[in-house]
Amino acid sequence: MTVQTAAAPKSGVVGNVVQTTYREALHDAIREALLKDQRVFLMGEDVGRYGGCYAVSRGLLDEFGPDRIRDTPLSESAFVGAGIGAALGGMRPIVEIMTVNFSLLALDQIVNNAATIRHMSGGQFNVPVVIRIASGAGRQLAAQHSHSLENWYAHVPGLKVVAPATVEDARYMLWTALEDPDPVIIFEHVMLYNVTGILSADGGPVDIGKAVIRRPGRDVTLIAYGGTLGKTLDAAETLEADGIAAEVIDLRSLRPLDTGTILRSVSRTRRAVIVDEGWRTGSLAAEISAIIMEDAFWDLDAPVSRVCTAEVPIPYPRHLEQAALPQPAAIVAAARATLGR
Amino acid sequence: MGTFSMPSLGADMEAGTLVEWLKHPGDRVERGDIVAVVETQKGAIEVEVFEAGVIDRLLVEPGTTVPVGTPMALVRGPGEEAIEAPAPELVSAEAAAAPAPSVHPAPPPSAPAAEAPGRPRASPAARRFARERGLDLVGMTGTGPGGAVVSADIERSAASPAPAPHPTRGLDLAEMRRAIAAAMARSKREIPHYYLSTTIDLTRAHAYLERINAERQPADRLLLPVLQLKAVALALRRMPEFNGFHTADGFQPGTGIHVGTAIAIRGGGLATPAIHDTDRLSLDALMAHLRDLVARTRVGRLRSSELSDATITVTSLGDRGVESVFGVIYPPQVAIVGFGKPVERPWVAEGRVVIRLLTTTTLAADHRVSDGHKGGLFLAEIDRHLQEPEKL
Repeated sequence: MTVQTAAAPKSGVVGNVVQTTYREALHDAIREALLKDQRVFLMGEDVGRYGGCYAVSRGLLDEFGPDRIRDTPLSESAFVGAGIGAALGGMRPIVEIMTVNFSLLALDQIVNNAATIRHMSGGQFNVPVVIRIASGAGRQLAAQHSHSLENWYAHVPGLKVVAPATVEDARYMLWTALEDPDPVIIFEHVMLYNVTGILSADGGPVDIGKAVIRRPGRDVTLIAYGGTLGKTLDAAETLEADGIAAEVIDLRSLRPLDTGTILRSVSRTRRAVIVDEGWRTGSLAAEISAIIMEDAFWDLDAPVSRVCTAEVPIPYPRHLEQAALPQPAAIVAAARATLGR
Repeated sequence: MGTFSMPSLGADMEAGTLVEWLKHPGDRVERGDIVAVVETQKGAIEVEVFEAGVIDRLLVEPGTTVPVGTPMALVRGPGEEAIEAPAPELVSAEAAAAPAPSVHPAPPPSAPAAEAPGRPRASPAARRFARERGLDLVGMTGTGPGGAVVSADIERSAASPAPAPHPTRGLDLAEMRRAIAAAMARSKREIPHYYLSTTIDLTRAHAYLERINAERQPADRLLLPVLQLKAVALALRRMPEFNGFHTADGFQPGTGIHVGTAIAIRGGGLATPAIHDTDRLSLDALMAHLRDLVARTRVGRLRSSELSDATITVTSLGDRGVESVFGVIYPPQVAIVGFGKPVERPWVAEGRVVIRLLTTTTLAADHRVSDGHKGGLFLAEIDRHLQEPEKL
């Protein structure tokens, strides 16, 4: 597949690639799904008349009508539950939740119903719902709209959790998710919506269970996902100027984790830095670190390192918000430390 | 039945490689006899036995690297019967490299070792690589986080010419540099040094040497360092807090005055072999010892006791033209005396400005054991002895 990075040049259409934004890619993915499969519909707060909190669904209400683009009351528990019910009833709902902080109101529906019904019904009923959740910080939305709680969901058996970090994944992960017979949660980092990138016009569905190496290198493995991928690629550029070849893995799937790709890379480079916008304690970074310890210990040349968000509610002031988040300089420093430099 | 074990030939030594046995089963040995040659970071060392008897059995094959304290031979004391039990297998290079413990019990802590040998800091990958390649991590220099040995260090080490299974005698200057680095880093890390400096008038000592040497052949002449060594040794009789070792139990005074003398090696490197009972040797005997030591140090043939027994060190960079040297204490010793280059200078004596041959004499000492006041008295005592050279 074509490797996409967030820093692709703005070039319009070149050959069979198009330049687009992450937001447009999501929009096109939803539109394609609506066109392809009559069972697909979108619902969530302000997805219809307002066009979506992040303007992903703008124009879709006019094209597909209120049956398929449904504005919901401000009750995450109710409309996520309705989505689960629709999925059980044979539909293919796409449910949008404005931010991961609000998704906590729907945790009961997601964890106790969506994730368990296939198991508790002895395989009689599956729940093919797709839940899109915005997450992450950087837009000065303060401590109730900015967190990265992906690991809460990645903890739960019965769910699949993915985090498209590139325009291409934003465009092509949705259809794979809709085809999955079980609930899939898609985390969209809020700082990615405006990112532009180039896209193969003829790209196909992506395998959502596989991590991908966005940049090969031999000296240290940097593991990132979602909103931290761009910062991590920036850090890898800086490291290259210092003669350090960093390999950058984009996890893409947070549950299941593609442990094979992680372990193969770390076994080659012998060093790992995990970049995670979640808080360090109990983080996905902690889980990945434990996996590396369990299965690649004898290949390590340095302790596994983590770059995570400071353990504070995300601050409102820009300088404090930026200071709390993983930044390229910290990633560079952590990578250098694994090399004893 | 006594045991002859791999000796500790310095605070930083963790293991040694047996080069050859100079005694064999059935040979009678006396205390002090050289029974084996051991390759260490400081070169090939002739190792002495500390009890009299008959060599009963050799437990280690030449070419084998074993940790300090590992039994290497059994020595049958007078009247003891030879062991009837089947001979234990020799520890071979292969067996020693294997991770499984050999047939011998864990080595007992050896008395002269200043501290238990530490595990080298090494990454998991480095440990696996070393094991796969049969390399020893001990003494390897690490380039990883915190100076840890990492897999690349093992690969470099494996790519460089492999150490011969039967090391030849001689000096490995790179190894020696690592040993010096380890000892000096430990010294600066652990020992709170204090430094004193004084000027000592060598005019009388020099005149004494001129007088004595005038009638001697060059080979028999005495040199100034001999007077300095003897003066330090005699001063230590009165100032025992500078003669001995600092260990976990605090200061242990030396059982004799064994002055180590710093000898530079061409191409880089340094050894500080001891002259045993320096205070009891005549100047001629001391001179003979010094000549012998310098010659043997430079070809890398020192004896184990010479490397481990020094109770203080004297360093003299005077022949390199420097006026003063502030030494770094060789752990676990507690002091080092430095002599600078003797120079003629105007000096005030008995109210007149006169020309005198002067040397800057320094003391670096361990503040855990002594204080500057005592250090000053020690330097004054050295000075006093150098003013009476005929009594040295």
